[in-house]
Amino acid sequence: MSDAATTAARRKPNRGYGRWTPALFLAPAVLTLLLIGIYPTLFALVTSFRRYNITRPREGFPFIGFENYANVLSDSTFWSSLFLTAKFYVTVLPIQVVLGLVIALLLHKPGMGLLKSLARVTLVVPLATTYAVVGLIGRLIFNRDFGVANQFAGFLGLGPIDWLSTPDGAFAAIAIMDVWQWTPFCALIFLAGLSMVPGEIEEAARLETSSKLALLRHVQLPYLLPGLTAVMILRSADVLKLFDMVFVMTRGGPGSATDLISIYIQRVGFRIFDLGTASAQAILLLILTIIISRLYIRLLYREVH
Amino acid sequence: MRISSSKIFHALGLTAVVVFSLFPFLWMVAASFKTQGDILASPPVWLFTPTLQNYAEIFADTKVSGAIINSLIVATFSTLLAVLLGAPAAFALARYEFRGKSDLWFWFISNRMISPIVLALPVYLLAIQTGLLDTHLVLILIYLTFQLPIVVWIVTDQFKSIPADLEQAARLDGADQFTIFRKIYLTLGAPGIAVSAIFSFIFSWNELLYALVLTRRNVQTAPVVATSFMSGYELPWGKIMATGTVIVLPVTIFALIVSRHMVRGLTMGATK
Repeated sequence: MSDAATTAARRKPNRGYGRWTPALFLAPAVLTLLLIGIYPTLFALVTSFRRYNITRPREGFPFIGFENYANVLSDSTFWSSLFLTAKFYVTVLPIQVVLGLVIALLLHKPGMGLLKSLARVTLVVPLATTYAVVGLIGRLIFNRDFGVANQFAGFLGLGPIDWLSTPDGAFAAIAIMDVWQWTPFCALIFLAGLSMVPGEIEEAARLETSSKLALLRHVQLPYLLPGLTAVMILRSADVLKLFDMVFVMTRGGPGSATDLISIYIQRVGFRIFDLGTASAQAILLLILTIIISRLYIRLLYREVH
Repeated sequence: MRISSSKIFHALGLTAVVVFSLFPFLWMVAASFKTQGDILASPPVWLFTPTLQNYAEIFADTKVSGAIINSLIVATFSTLLAVLLGAPAAFALARYEFRGKSDLWFWFISNRMISPIVLALPVYLLAIQTGLLDTHLVLILIYLTFQLPIVVWIVTDQFKSIPADLEQAARLDGADQFTIFRKIYLTLGAPGIAVSAIFSFIFSWNELLYALVLTRRNVQTAPVVATSFMSGYELPWGKIMATGTVIVLPVTIFALIVSRHMVRGLTMGATK
């Protein structure tokens, strides 16, 4: 292809304006992504149609049609894992959106220049913290015997909570760490939305009404909606791929209390070594993700790039 | 009077934001300077005599220093590759119209959303077959799957903001597209390229799942080693937290440098 491209370019009087010039610039990135992204995906697709348990190599890896998919779709633990992931999403998202909006409004409000800049900068810290390290911090904070979370619970008159070894406690603990890490993301997106409101419109509205709520609903809300859509879609994709923090904090336990979908598939693939089944699950997850990202592009990229 | 009370609430609210953002992080940093006895104290101690013992131990531990070097190698080379491959692609996306452009764009963005477990399974099998398991190369290559889209997006955005007149003037002087790319776009687009490189570095430095699955003893990265401390009975909490601090500190500094672009980097530019 590159040969044809260079000859095509040479025939033109002005070198580098041929039809194939964009292809030349794109080729390295596209070929690389084909090799490292698409090829393994196709390999996973093929594996998903085989019996593929690497702890039993003697049996070979025969093709078994849709058997893996049939097994996965009738497997109640797969569904309960997906359901748990959905439950996690509807638990953390509203908290992140509300807290994020409050923070954004605090940061948008005039005055308090220095403190505001400081708050704005510190929001970046949770976002940059290595996800696995967030898990380590969670293990420290939510330790039953010496964790600081139980000290705070004590101030509220609650007895020592066995966070990480009870199902509800573990779920709450990973939700709290996720809220800590991702609320700043929502706050920064909403802040960007608020700063899009034309200054004179906001001024005029402030003169018209003293109600902050009316201002929010009638003036600022339209500018917040694209950000809200982005947050809802991106967070759903993020929860589907959430692994590091939960793996470090609970490994999906106790029992299956925090067995989110990516944790579950990892266990089927790399603890049970049933790669056929795990691949089928991964392909189903991929289809779900593709739907989500289609939605994201449909709703958020007005100009198609 | 009303004005000042609203000011007080504003100040209190902003202080709460600072405390909320920093507390877990600072609690880890504090624990990294505590003795095991202070960490295990119940209720937790807030004031303590700091010790550098934990840091002395992890820097003497070749496992930790080796892991940090591995992380550095993988993050640096994958970032370099991502920029080298991504910048020309960004140029084509910013300056040309061609068929399939929106599909291509969709594909790049989808990569941001896909769970690493989807690729970890097949890449693990392929790495065994090709003998690439537990090498730097396999991590560098697989990290490109999320780095390339980030680089392409941020750099395309930056390239689009470069005025077209410059290019036209250069064309009249007889410059071809490759010269224009090098002399105009790479030069004027340097800030965007730097931001995209920093994001790439942060994401690959922070990555755990691929590293967990695709490495054994030789190229374990820092997050893998930090995680591996978390087994056994008497956990070395001080060492764990010191390792955590050492891992997080460099990327936090990087993130503060690009904090203005944080939203763009995390949303693939859907909101500006």
